[in-house]
Amino acid sequence: MIKRWLYIIAFIALCLSCSSEDTGYEPTVQPLDIPSIFSDNIIPPIIPIDNPQTVEGVALGKKLFFDRILSANGTQACASCHSPQNAFTDNTPTSSGIDGIFGTRNSMPLFNLAWNYNERFNWDGTALSLERQAEEPVENPIELHSNWEAVVDRLQEHPEYPELFRLAFNTNTITKELTTKAIAQFERTLISANSKFDRYSMGQTNLTAQELNGLDVFLREDKGDCFHCHGNPNNPLWTDNDFHNNGLDSSFSDLGLGEVTGDPNDNGKFKSPSLRNLAYTAPYMHDGRFATLEEVINHYSDGLQNSSTIDPLMKQIAQGGVQLSDQDKADLKAFLLTLSDPSFIDNPSFHN
Amino acid sequence: MKKILTPFLIVLLSFTSCSEDLDDNLSLQNLTTFNFTHNWDGTLVTNANFNNIVYTNANGDLLSIERLRYVISDIMFTSSNNEIIELDVYNLVDVTNNNNLSFTLQTQIPTGSYTVSFTFGLDNEDNAENYLDLNSESFNVPDMLGGGYHYMQFDGKFINSNSEEQGFNYHAIRAVDNPGMNPTFPQDTFFTIDLGVIDITSNTEIEVQMNIAEWFKNPILWDLNDFNQMLMPNSTAQIMMYDNGQNVFSLGEVIQ
Repeated sequence: MIKRWLYIIAFIALCLSCSSEDTGYEPTVQPLDIPSIFSDNIIPPIIPIDNPQTVEGVALGKKLFFDRILSANGTQACASCHSPQNAFTDNTPTSSGIDGIFGTRNSMPLFNLAWNYNERFNWDGTALSLERQAEEPVENPIELHSNWEAVVDRLQEHPEYPELFRLAFNTNTITKELTTKAIAQFERTLISANSKFDRYSMGQTNLTAQELNGLDVFLREDKGDCFHCHGNPNNPLWTDNDFHNNGLDSSFSDLGLGEVTGDPNDNGKFKSPSLRNLAYTAPYMHDGRFATLEEVINHYSDGLQNSSTIDPLMKQIAQGGVQLSDQDKADLKAFLLTLSDPSFIDNPSFHN
Repeated sequence: MKKILTPFLIVLLSFTSCSEDLDDNLSLQNLTTFNFTHNWDGTLVTNANFNNIVYTNANGDLLSIERLRYVISDIMFTSSNNEIIELDVYNLVDVTNNNNLSFTLQTQIPTGSYTVSFTFGLDNEDNAENYLDLNSESFNVPDMLGGGYHYMQFDGKFINSNSEEQGFNYHAIRAVDNPGMNPTFPQDTFFTIDLGVIDITSNTEIEVQMNIAEWFKNPILWDLNDFNQMLMPNSTAQIMMYDNGQNVFSLGEVIQ
C-alpha cells in the first residue's frame, strides 16, 4: 500500500516538475552589444523595462521587419522604405506606399535608436517610444495601409508566427503590442559604430589633411558651427536628437514638431538627423529636398531662409549663412563622409 | 555570578554606545537640496516664457530666450571654524527642458552654520574630465578651443540696430586664445558663487536665483549688436561674461 502511494506521489511530483518547466520557459536574454566608443563616451542606451532584448525577440522582430505580411496587400514591408543598403532609409525624396502614393517625408535612416534619450521618434517627434513608432506605418493609408486587427489575424493564422511569438514572449496569443515590441527589439540592434572616424577616434587610423580640415570647419563656431546640433567627437551619435528649424523655408507647408505640440514656436522644427552614414542616405532633409551633400552644405553656407522660429544657432542669416569657401565646403564634405560605416550596411545580421 | 555579570555588562555597554552613535548620526545629518530659479530683474522666468521677444536688457535691446542651460559644480560648505565640506559634484541645470532645476546632494550635511558656495561652470581640473552625461547632452567644447565643456549655453534672439530679429549665442566657456593645436588661456572664467551664511538645522532647501538680466548689465553694459554670435573663440567676450556673471546669482528662500 505504502509502495503504491509512493508511486502516486512520485508521479505527481514528476507532473508538477514538468509543468513547472513549461511555465518557467524564459526567452534568452541578449543585451545590446555596446561598442566601446559609445560606452566610453555616452550614457547607456534606453531599453524599456517591459521589453528587454532577447535572442528570440530580436529574431522575430527581424522576420517581421522584412515580412510583407504587415501590409494590406502583401506588397511592402518595413524594409521597403528602410533598406539595409541605404542605412535603413531609401533613395527617394519621399516614399511610395502600397497604393503608389508618395508621402511628404523622407524615410528616416535607422541606427543607434536606443541612444535617442528623449525617446521622441520621427522627423516631427510624433512617436514617444520606438515601440509606438512601429505602430503607425502599418495603418497609415499612404504606407502599409493595413489595420492592426487584420495584421494580428494574419500572423495568428500563419504556420510559423504563433510559435515564434511563444518563443519570444511566452504566449501564442499575438497582439499589436507584442508585434511592435519585437520590431523595436530588432531595431535596437541596428548599431553603427565602425566608421573611419570611429577608428580615428580610437587611434586605429589617420584622417587625411582634407578630412581634418573638414573637422575643423565642422567644429569652428566662426566657420561651419555644425557641432552644436550634430554632436562632436565626444558624442559619437552625431546628433543632439533635438528639434530645430534650420532655415529651410520662410513659411511652412509642413509644421513639423509644431503640428505635434500645437505650439507655434515649434513650427518648422524637425529632428536633427545623425550625420553617420550620409554616404548611403541621400537625399537629405525631412522632405528629401537635397539630392547631394553639396546641396546640403550650400544650404547652410548661403541658402538660409529666415522665419520667426529659425534656430538662433543659425548664423549670418541676412547673408544666407556661414559663407564657406569652396575649399572649406569640399573639406567639410570629406570629413562628413568619414562618419559613414560600410560594415553597418554590410552586416549580415541586418539583412534578410 | 561574576562570570555572568562581566559579559552582561559588556553587552549592555555595547548596546548603549551603539544607540548613542545612531542618535548622533540621525540628529546631525541633513539632506540638502538646491532649487534653481530664474528671473529677469525680479520677474520669474521659466521655459513657458521662452521664445517671445519680451525682455529688455540694460542696453535697451529687446530680446527673447530660446535655450538656457548651465553647469554648477564643487559645492562647498565652510563652517565658522573653517572646516570645509567640499563636494566634487556637478549639475547641468536645463531650464529649456525643465531638467535638474532641483539638485539634492548625495552627501548629508551635519547640523551647523555654513558659508555655502559653488562654482559656476567647471574648474580646470573638472573641465578636463570625461563626463558621459554631458557628452550625451552635446555640451562639449571642441578641442581646438581647449576642450572640456560649455559652462553655459544661453541662446535667443534680439532686435538689432536695423530693427531685425537676429540670433545670439551667449555661450560661456573657458576663455581661450590661439584656437588650434596649442590654444592658450588668458584667464580662468569659471567663478565661485558665494551664497553667504546658511544655518543648516534640519533637511534644507536652498533657492539659488539667477537674474538673467545681470548677464548684460554689470559691470559691462552688453551691446548685443557688438557681441551676439561666435563668442566662444572670443576671449574678450568670455572675460566680459565672467565679469558680468559675478552678480548674476544670489541666495533666495531657505526652507527647513
